[in-house]
Amino acid sequence: MKLEKHFQWVALRREIYRNRHYYILMAPYMIIFFIFTVLPVLASLGISFTYFNMLEPPRFIGWQNYSRLFLNDDVFLIALRNTFYFAIITGPVSYIACFLFAWIINELPPKIRAFMTLVFYAPSISGNVYYIWQIIFSGDKYGYINGFLMRLGLTLEPIQWLKDERYILSVLIIVQLWMSLGTSFLAFIAGLQTLDRSLIEAGAVDGIKNRWQELWYIVLPSMRPQLLFGAVMQITSSLAVADISVALAGFPSVNYAGHTIVTHLMDYGSIRFEMGYASAIATVLFIIMLGTNLLTQKLLRKIGG
Amino acid sequence: MAIKRMSAFRHQKQLNRSFAVTFMLFVLLALFGAFMALPLIYTINNAFKPLDELFLFPPRFFVRNPTFDNFYDLVYLIGNSWVPFSRYLSNTIFITLLGTAGHVIFASAAAYPLAKYKFPGSKTLSTIVVLSLMFSGHVTAIPNYMIMSRLGWIDTHASIIIPAWAFPLGLFLMRQFMEQLPSSLLEAAKMDGASEYRIFWQIVMPNVKPAWLTLIILRLPSLWGSDGGSFIYSENLKTLNYALGQITQGGIARAGVGAAIGLVLMIVPITMFIISQSNVIQTMATSGIKD
Repeated sequence: MKLEKHFQWVALRREIYRNRHYYILMAPYMIIFFIFTVLPVLASLGISFTYFNMLEPPRFIGWQNYSRLFLNDDVFLIALRNTFYFAIITGPVSYIACFLFAWIINELPPKIRAFMTLVFYAPSISGNVYYIWQIIFSGDKYGYINGFLMRLGLTLEPIQWLKDERYILSVLIIVQLWMSLGTSFLAFIAGLQTLDRSLIEAGAVDGIKNRWQELWYIVLPSMRPQLLFGAVMQITSSLAVADISVALAGFPSVNYAGHTIVTHLMDYGSIRFEMGYASAIATVLFIIMLGTNLLTQKLLRKIGG
Repeated sequence: MAIKRMSAFRHQKQLNRSFAVTFMLFVLLALFGAFMALPLIYTINNAFKPLDELFLFPPRFFVRNPTFDNFYDLVYLIGNSWVPFSRYLSNTIFITLLGTAGHVIFASAAAYPLAKYKFPGSKTLSTIVVLSLMFSGHVTAIPNYMIMSRLGWIDTHASIIIPAWAFPLGLFLMRQFMEQLPSSLLEAAKMDGASEYRIFWQIVMPNVKPAWLTLIILRLPSLWGSDGGSFIYSENLKTLNYALGQITQGGIARAGVGAAIGLVLMIVPITMFIISQSNVIQTMATSGIKD
């Protein structure tokens, strides 16, 4: 028994030595990654089981933060509902939009393609762009949408788009969709450009009749790595939405109509300084994202038959 | 080159669409495109607006009487009152260049073994990187600050540059792209006696050019627009975006300068974007290495 363990150990050491070049290649990244990402995340997971106000040392309180979150925090339940509602609409829609636009743009002549990519990526590249939506959805009659509706005679008085609970979430969803042609859109464009042309030619010979067949049987399966990347990015960003809500609906929004898990987290983390509680919120969000990702990955495996 | 591009374009047209569909697509793209380009147009117009137009109510989209005053004020006014504008600019350039270059190289170097080989710990490391993408940055800020202060990096540019090298997104993206590289290509190189480092640098990297150009596009704007956050306190170490914050707090008279900085902050990512995009096209025309 002991001998067996010894041999396993020797084999592992030999295996590590054989692959030493790979460890050397990974070393710079991994060292920095562990110090500045893994360590803080682990610290945050630990803090979620404590009461920590950043003045006194953390005090261990077990599952208390979590039970408070689900049993005593009505606002969190609103945030949870809003986030799910938000993600269920923006996640899939923007994922498909990202791919479709990338697919269409990729077939344009090179110069026009570069220009169109820039145009579609513009909202992501120009940083803080919410002010445009503040003008468009402005609550007075000078807001573009209000002005438009009133001129058509559809409404008589300006609608308070960002102050009325009935509209806030829908407005946020529209803006998020507009902003969401970002990371995955670029990855899809790059993926389509690394696509092997000879596969498409071979497909045409083998009886692929139209572009939809080409898309389903050739393009999508060979882009699986990028599709997976896009899915993870899209899920992460649609569940972690916060900046838009804060910029447009205010913080906190009217009756928490635009409240999301991350704005709830910001509330406790950077305003009330209850770091333990904020960390618990982050952990719950993390678990939700993880579950959604696993589910999506299962679905993605079915692409291309 | 021009001929090559044309032929690459014609290649894709093997399955033809009807004229009507093509036309529809163009209209659709143009409509959506105009809508998406709003912030670009607005920011450019804003930078050239004289003060009275900037404060016009209701706000107007396009500039009526364009002026260069804002840019003049930007260089002149700040130079007199605080640290010279050029200092903010050079700080930002330094952070952006070093941060982006390091990120692309280190993330790619780490992604290559994870994408193509199996070795003890490879699967665990991949999983940890993907998992870390899903953790909210709002709560890791404080542990991060504590680590920085232990390392003595507070108030240095290292606190922004070095963590940027190991941004998880980059490794994940590169790994996904490198998975598509044909293993036969790598084996052939190995057979010819190339070392792993040479394979990585001379075979893997050139073949995933679209991927690392994408990575540059993704990483560069956030470094260029970083305000140094909670780590940098010395005035002469601060970044452009930080200066923007300070200036716009200076009140109404500074709004023009703020609009000008807004354009300066945007122009560099866009230029980089255009350069990368034309490069991506080049690789496409010459690559024929898939199996």
